[in-house]
Amino acid sequence: MSFTVESKINENIARLTLTGALDSSTAPILQEEVMKIIPQNPLELVMYVEHLDFMASAGLRIIIFAKQKLGTQAKLILVKPQDQLIETLKMTGLIFSVVIVDQYPE
Amino acid sequence: MNDADVRIDYYPTHELNGIKYRCGRVLPFGATMVPNGINFSIYSSSATSCTLVLFKKNADQAFVEIPFPKEFMIGNVYSMIVFDLDYENLEYGYKMSGPYDPASGHIFNPNKILSDPYAKAIGGRDTWLRAPNWDNIYPFRSRLVFEDFDWENDKPLETPIEDLVIYEMHVRSFTIHPSSQIKFKGTFSGIREKIPYLLDLGVNCVELMPIYEFDEYEHSKIDPATGEMLINYWGYSTLNFFAPKSGYAATGKYGMQVDELKNLIKELHKNNIEVLLDVVFNHTAEGDHRGPVISFKGIDNKTYYMLTPEGYYFNFSGTGNTLNCNHPVVRNMVLDCLRYWAAEYHIDGFRFDLASILGRAQDGSPLNNPPLLESLAHDPILAKCKLIAEAWDAGGLYQVGTFPCYGRWAEWNGKYRDALRRFLKGDSNMVGEMSQRMQGSPDMYSSRGATAGINFVTCHDGFTLYDLVSYNEKHNEANGENNQDGNNDNDSWNCGWEGETDNQDINRLRHKQIKNALSILFVSQGVPMILMGDEMGRTQNGNNNTYCHDNELNWLNWDLIKENEDIFNFAKHIISFRRSHPVLRNSQHFKNIDYMNTGYSDISFHGKQAWQADWSENSRLLAFMLDGGHAKNGFSVDNTVYVVLNMFWEPVIVELPKLASGKNWFISVNTDMQPPFDFYGVSHEVKVENQNSMIVGARSVVILIEK
Repeated sequence: MSFTVESKINENIARLTLTGALDSSTAPILQEEVMKIIPQNPLELVMYVEHLDFMASAGLRIIIFAKQKLGTQAKLILVKPQDQLIETLKMTGLIFSVVIVDQYPE
Repeated sequence: MNDADVRIDYYPTHELNGIKYRCGRVLPFGATMVPNGINFSIYSSSATSCTLVLFKKNADQAFVEIPFPKEFMIGNVYSMIVFDLDYENLEYGYKMSGPYDPASGHIFNPNKILSDPYAKAIGGRDTWLRAPNWDNIYPFRSRLVFEDFDWENDKPLETPIEDLVIYEMHVRSFTIHPSSQIKFKGTFSGIREKIPYLLDLGVNCVELMPIYEFDEYEHSKIDPATGEMLINYWGYSTLNFFAPKSGYAATGKYGMQVDELKNLIKELHKNNIEVLLDVVFNHTAEGDHRGPVISFKGIDNKTYYMLTPEGYYFNFSGTGNTLNCNHPVVRNMVLDCLRYWAAEYHIDGFRFDLASILGRAQDGSPLNNPPLLESLAHDPILAKCKLIAEAWDAGGLYQVGTFPCYGRWAEWNGKYRDALRRFLKGDSNMVGEMSQRMQGSPDMYSSRGATAGINFVTCHDGFTLYDLVSYNEKHNEANGENNQDGNNDNDSWNCGWEGETDNQDINRLRHKQIKNALSILFVSQGVPMILMGDEMGRTQNGNNNTYCHDNELNWLNWDLIKENEDIFNFAKHIISFRRSHPVLRNSQHFKNIDYMNTGYSDISFHGKQAWQADWSENSRLLAFMLDGGHAKNGFSVDNTVYVVLNMFWEPVIVELPKLASGKNWFISVNTDMQPPFDFYGVSHEVKVENQNSMIVGARSVVILIEK
């Protein structure tokens, strides 16, 4: 299954649109995008994950990584995650590190 | 490789098939992430060479095998940093060469791939009872874990041990039954979903039966009588001491079991509930000379196991082998392990299975001053952890009351359990001993205080509380061992009929006996522990050794809350009563004097006549008064509490001690009464009509408070 990520940043808001399956083989692609964004000090990192079909632990690690790199002042926002991802975030405690919303203006 | 991250000494010096590596660091043992690589470190006293074997996750064959060059070895430690590995997708093991001479204790096999004793996660049993590939050349694979969990401000709670109410539970059994009505049944997450229940019940500590990685398929077999598969359900057989059981995590299949467990602990702590682990350091899953070689046997058999002079395994655990705990190397591993769980998982304490083994020398003889127990007692990282011993082993060493404690260790008080059971069923000559037990066993722990003993009436081994009052004999046929397994000395009484009955009188008596047992337990000094489900009358159909059943014999049926509503309500009340009354939770023993000048001694004993206890052989009545002015050894003030335990089969009229002017006795508990009059909630106690005397029913407990 393929994985794509589109990124853009303006007015201190970084937007990443994720599609496909995020596993150990594709997680480095996302990590690279996150690494590019972090030096621009966004106040919000918004991940559009509605069309993300699968997220393995490697993907969850990128969320932790992104949260840690963003620092305490910035928000990490997940837009419309699928139920399975929400459950996994709950079970592992990561739910407290992110903001989950149904929509966020593109 | 990102040059900015590279330490000056972290560059490859060797290469094999495109894999770059260099000499590693000897400490810490295990596999550790370092910039751009992983440091592997392992020791063996007798191996002649070692090879690191690397797999991609779940791959049939290794993608590389890297022999440790001689220059990578310091002392008996092999260490190596391998660069640019995808640690998310990595499994590793070792091959060890050395002598094969069983009589000398060496059984090296250079072709066997061995799991790392210091691995932090183990692959192979990722999902509970999912059939593995039995032809796997490396079935229990070492994996790495991330230590990036966000604990926020969490730390171990350090609740004073005398204030604990311990709830012994099995992770899977607690929520796997459909009646639990939660989403992730049988998992760490499942416990998290049930935290509101634990709070409602009133316990403030859970003791988890083994959660170190184990193989549920170990010794599995089909029961010819039922066709059911019998498995290693309880998990008292460790594969690895550092890895949590993946099959207990709903996210285990994603490799997130560490995070899920840590999240559970964090949430329990947020709700002021401590977490104790039942740890099994007395043996491993490798069995005796017929058992599999998984890790320790192949790495350093003679170091890790107690061996007979002929090279066979000592079997003080009753399970095939005995970990050589007082060998300095093994001792350090145990210490490293407990430090890891205390520091990385914020565990509040440990209960050591068959802990007397930890006090045996390498030849099996009991040590006067066991270095492992002393090390654990004085370790700075474990300094605030509860250390609780099951102070006996399967080799006949019984140390309840005499376990080497170093001012730190507490014990499961097996003598408390036995005395309570015999007193409960009306045995003669028990009043004297019961008075000692409910005082925190000062006869056993004179210098160790009241909290040296963990009091219990039931635990996972043996009958449930409901079965204790429903069966005279064990009924273990379902275990497939011709009813030969399990303890024969249960001190149980079936109240007149063996097993289930429609006889209302018998069922009423059973419920009363359960309430009696809970009452005695929760007004006793010491630390009370109850077994999961006893608060709602869980039965195992008379089976007192359900170690092998993944079915309703072990699963908690939540519908019992409704079915045995009176027991459940009573259990909640008696727990609440204990937690509301500090006079029940002294850390030091009573002095039997009035050292606070209240006009009453801290404890006084009574009988049918106030101030006249009957200690004779045929007495079955014990009454005692705990003076509220001496609560918490005089550091707190509480209501005075009066307890009458009448285990005689007839009612008795009991004279009540006179109180100071203006004070009266109020009823909190009377187990002789039918619900809802068997108890009155805290602050809703009802005044005793006749303040001079009262009738205490046959086989009943009355608890009064002074207001």
